[in-house]
Amino acid sequence: MTAEKHIEVQDLRLAYGTKEVIHGISFDIYRNEIFGVIGPAQSAKTSLLRCLNRTIDFSAEATVSGTVKVDGEDVRRVKDLYGLRRKIGMVAPLPVGLPISIYDNVAFAPRCAGMTRNGELDNIVEQCLRQAALWDEVKDRLDSLGTKLSGGQQQRLTIARALSHQPEILCLDEFSIAIDPVTTMRIEDVLKELRKNMTIILVTNLTQQARRLADRTMFLWNGEIIELDSNEVIFSDKTKDKRTYDYVMGIFG
Amino acid sequence: MNRDPKTMFTETPLVRSKFRQEAAAKWIFAGMAAAMIVPLLLILGYLVERAWPSLSLGFILDVPIRGMKEGGIWPAFVGTIYLVFISLAVSAPIGILAAVYLNEYAKDNWLNRIINLAVINLAGVPSIVHALFGLGAFVYAAKFGYSIISASLTLAIMTLPVIVASTREALASVPRSFREACWNVGATRWQTIQAIVLPNSISGILTGVILQVSRAAGETAPIMFTGAVFFKAVQKGDLFPYQLHEQCMALSMHLYTISTQVPGVKESIPFATAVVLLGLVLVVNAAAITLRVWLRNRKKW
Repeated sequence: MTAEKHIEVQDLRLAYGTKEVIHGISFDIYRNEIFGVIGPAQSAKTSLLRCLNRTIDFSAEATVSGTVKVDGEDVRRVKDLYGLRRKIGMVAPLPVGLPISIYDNVAFAPRCAGMTRNGELDNIVEQCLRQAALWDEVKDRLDSLGTKLSGGQQQRLTIARALSHQPEILCLDEFSIAIDPVTTMRIEDVLKELRKNMTIILVTNLTQQARRLADRTMFLWNGEIIELDSNEVIFSDKTKDKRTYDYVMGIFG
Repeated sequence: MNRDPKTMFTETPLVRSKFRQEAAAKWIFAGMAAAMIVPLLLILGYLVERAWPSLSLGFILDVPIRGMKEGGIWPAFVGTIYLVFISLAVSAPIGILAAVYLNEYAKDNWLNRIINLAVINLAGVPSIVHALFGLGAFVYAAKFGYSIISASLTLAIMTLPVIVASTREALASVPRSFREACWNVGATRWQTIQAIVLPNSISGILTGVILQVSRAAGETAPIMFTGAVFFKAVQKGDLFPYQLHEQCMALSMHLYTISTQVPGVKESIPFATAVVLLGLVLVVNAAAITLRVWLRNRKKW
């Protein structure tokens, strides 16, 4: 694996008001790897992702310190914030179909970025919906509303939307909680395909999912990194920290 | 707890009293709700009955004659429409845009807290105080004189805070998750507002604005101080009888003058005027409700 750093996090601290939820963590994510993040609730997994694309800015009471670099560029200093967000595809845990047509849901981001030619948009919409394993179910009703889809379909629509702006980094935050196991497996296959030209951050409560997909996995607990290592170590009895072993084996957490 | 299968479902005194209380509560609440229609029906019935001899389409279209003792109310009817239309043409755009800023852009800092406080307090200012302000600000300071423009601007100031408040409420009803989904794919706030927020709050926004029509039409004090006049000679059925810098007649003011200031008015005329004013307001409200129902049927989640 190439060891080129795609994301560098240095001494990242995040506080909501006076309550610090990330206590100075540092790690790197390499280009084209699948990077698993596991950890119980309240371990600041989602907040961490929001620091990457700076949607944390929308929480007025949040204060961030430390540096996060994407492609060697400090995200707090980027000139084109919207370009940064397009570079990072974000899939939130709860499915959100926007109250516009399925087609517009997927075409929204390219349009915001200034793409107007219909042929190009058609291609992107079809490609992204195929990648999200949703195309066959919706190809005949692209103009019906995104909010009318079932929960699982909306989740896949969210994935298609995250892919629509052709990101270099894809963050999946618990993407499978609303999806049945068969569809989950189909999307996991897509992820293995996507990693050829993308870096994927996979936040998951399913430790087995991280084990199946990730190259390296980070165990985050209460805003601190307990252990970060390759999957061969994390999902074995050779973990450096006993808590990792216990968590992965389902002894606690 | 009684878990004996033989007696578990038999009535006990406790169950019976629970049922009695439930029934009593329901009837009391329903009775109070039903009582809401009584005043409306009484007012309407009384007004229509007293107004009956004068009520006709001609009454709206005719001009007052014989020192306003007889004839119709056309100048006042048109004047009210002028005042309502111009005041909302001013207050609706300002109010809606201000509300979009406050709800979508504003951070929680001292300036915006002061703006919020100002909006809330403005909404609570009595109309007679607005009237005095309009007199000082528009009639004298801005030198618009006693005119339609002064009266409309005074009404606009009066309706503005309520439009801001109702628009903010409509915007806030669009779930935040929609906005976050847009921001996540690199949309600016304005792109998000255009694509998602406004299309899904427009019904609430319009309803809020239209409900202010009835308020602007009904107020007497603000226009009495700034631009409404006792009598103005107007051609029957003339659609554009007034210039903006002139004074005009208005229904609410007209009702006041013929009821208290003019002796010997035909008895049914004040009541007929009230019926027209009420009818105008009810028609506008009905239009608002229809619009809301129509837009809500298109609502998308």
